[in-house]
Amino acid sequence: MARFCYLLFLAGKSAWNRRSTLLLVVFSIALSTTLLLGIEKIRTQIRESFVQAVSGVDLVVGARGGSIQLMLYAVFHLGGATNNMAWQSARDIAKRPEVAWTIPVSLGDSHKGYPVVATTTDFFVHYRFRGGRELALAQGKAFDSIFDVVAGAEAAKNLGYAVGQKLVLSHGSGGTHLTEHTDKPFSVSGILAPTGTPVDRSLYIGLDAMEAIHLNWQGGAPMPGLQITPEQVTKFDLEPKSITALLVGLKKRGQVFALQRAINGWKTEPLMGVMPGVAMDQIWSMVSTGEQALLFVSALVTVAGLAGLAAAILAGLGERRRELAILRSAGARPMNILILLACEGFLLVAAGAAGGVMALILLIAALGSTLADTYGIFIYLSPPDSGEWLLLSCVCLAGLLASLIPALRAYRMSLSDGLTVAI
Amino acid sequence: MIRHKLPSKVDRPAEGSASPAPAVLLDDVVFSWPNRRRPALDIPSFRVQPGEHIFIAGPSGSGKSTLLGLIAGILSPQSGRVSVNGVCLNDLGGAKRDAFRGDHIGFIFQQFNLIPYLSILENVLIPCRFSSLRCVRAGTQAGSPVQAAQNLLERLDMSARLWSRKVNQLSVGQQQRVAAARALIGAPSVLIADEPTSSLDADRRKAFLRLLLRECGETRSTLLFVSHDQSLAEDFSATVFLPELNKAAEEDG
Repeated sequence: MARFCYLLFLAGKSAWNRRSTLLLVVFSIALSTTLLLGIEKIRTQIRESFVQAVSGVDLVVGARGGSIQLMLYAVFHLGGATNNMAWQSARDIAKRPEVAWTIPVSLGDSHKGYPVVATTTDFFVHYRFRGGRELALAQGKAFDSIFDVVAGAEAAKNLGYAVGQKLVLSHGSGGTHLTEHTDKPFSVSGILAPTGTPVDRSLYIGLDAMEAIHLNWQGGAPMPGLQITPEQVTKFDLEPKSITALLVGLKKRGQVFALQRAINGWKTEPLMGVMPGVAMDQIWSMVSTGEQALLFVSALVTVAGLAGLAAAILAGLGERRRELAILRSAGARPMNILILLACEGFLLVAAGAAGGVMALILLIAALGSTLADTYGIFIYLSPPDSGEWLLLSCVCLAGLLASLIPALRAYRMSLSDGLTVAI
Repeated sequence: MIRHKLPSKVDRPAEGSASPAPAVLLDDVVFSWPNRRRPALDIPSFRVQPGEHIFIAGPSGSGKSTLLGLIAGILSPQSGRVSVNGVCLNDLGGAKRDAFRGDHIGFIFQQFNLIPYLSILENVLIPCRFSSLRCVRAGTQAGSPVQAAQNLLERLDMSARLWSRKVNQLSVGQQQRVAAARALIGAPSVLIADEPTSSLDADRRKAFLRLLLRECGETRSTLLFVSHDQSLAEDFSATVFLPELNKAAEEDG
């Protein structure tokens, strides 16, 4: 043990003596560590935002169909529902004793490419994302008068909207020649804080507003000759007949299977209850090939950094033969020489990895808020999780393996050179 | 083949008595470098008694470094036996030979003896780091290994004000004296000096040699001193002319 400590001391002294050369190697290892850990952090964060886009929801209910499809339109507002569910069913589910709250979701309209979601103020109260975070309004307030709209952070930012902005919704989504609800303009009452979830890219209106703008519509088109002004709508019954989906929160998680069974065997219409976690994981596995590639590329960068390390130590060996012969003459074994060189490599990798972690912390501290505002990517300073520890130990282990290359060369050299080294 | 010019400083034990084993003993040793047809060394017999100071002379290429490598246990002969202090090095494995060298042999090279990134004191202490035997001996001699190193440096005319210098700020002569201190620390029984004076100028050679011989006498170490400078030979108890000892060299003509 004392011998090993001495070798470690020698390795450190020797590396410090050649620090000007080795600094670049440490820098490249630090850089690749930052890249590797940074990508891992972004990856887990994006995955977390994605999979936990609806973290408080125990069951997503909609008309019977594909479970992934239901998730796509109920949570991500992608595509459209082929069938709706009756409002009455939604009310019956909400009244069940095990149900704590429900958020109705009604889709169909859009605004400049952003989906418009009709819901109730329960949405702002009960919606949770990423480990139970609550929605917050960055500006203004949730809708209280009928033609109010609340914009998600990204939608508001990209469209340049502030509270008070007037806007007109389009009927349907995806196309360019959509009929517009010009007769009933909305005004922005609030703008949500960024969440890193699909909420950022949506606009929210009340269910009654959704009914109101379609009062004079039939079969997907306005009825010719029938005009209903915004002032007149309150005279009508604005209770919806149907909605697209219902997000359900339970009092006790354990009751989810019982409720799912009840919903899947619903008497009045064919309904389906989906537990979001499982379905979200399925969707994620479909879209996550890109992130794997990203991680792979950063692993390659790390390998390049470690190859540079091995090359730098190897290149320095020639002029250190004398030093190794002196140690040999004093009783060092070839195995000690091997350990000495491996220690040196490991010290450099450890220094590089530590530098990389530090650089990442500084980067996150400096750029975290910009990332959140610009890209909706939320990265927090947090102690490394198991995945990051795994990557860090992989880097160190790979560094040790890489430094075995010059270590083995030195081992063979010290065997063949003995004490007679020609200078 | 060993020509004794002076009576040995050490009492020679009578033949057959319970004498201490010879410090160095070579028996029918043949060594060839890999891929060479002709052996580099072929020494039927070479014996050095404990405490002797032997001057080994010979032109370059006569196998001086090879002989030292064999005695240090770095090289292994193809046939024959090499013993140091009565221990046959051929019988030891590689790791044991390394440990044996660390315990019993001090080494001074021709030049570049010091590790540039270590302090002068750390350079002297290297053998104590690899050999616990020499560490303990240095400790009992002077109280602590560090004290032993400091004592040696002072006795070798390396005053304390030089110790804080970087190794490469020392003159060649100073470097060689630090190397001598390192070879001597912990009193190894055999000291091997491979042309340690060849990079010194003439008057410094004598001074260095005097210091080295004095310290070897002090620790009763056997000294094997290789040089091609015959003028130094007079201070030694015996001189070995390697081409006479080495049959392989004789055959070369």
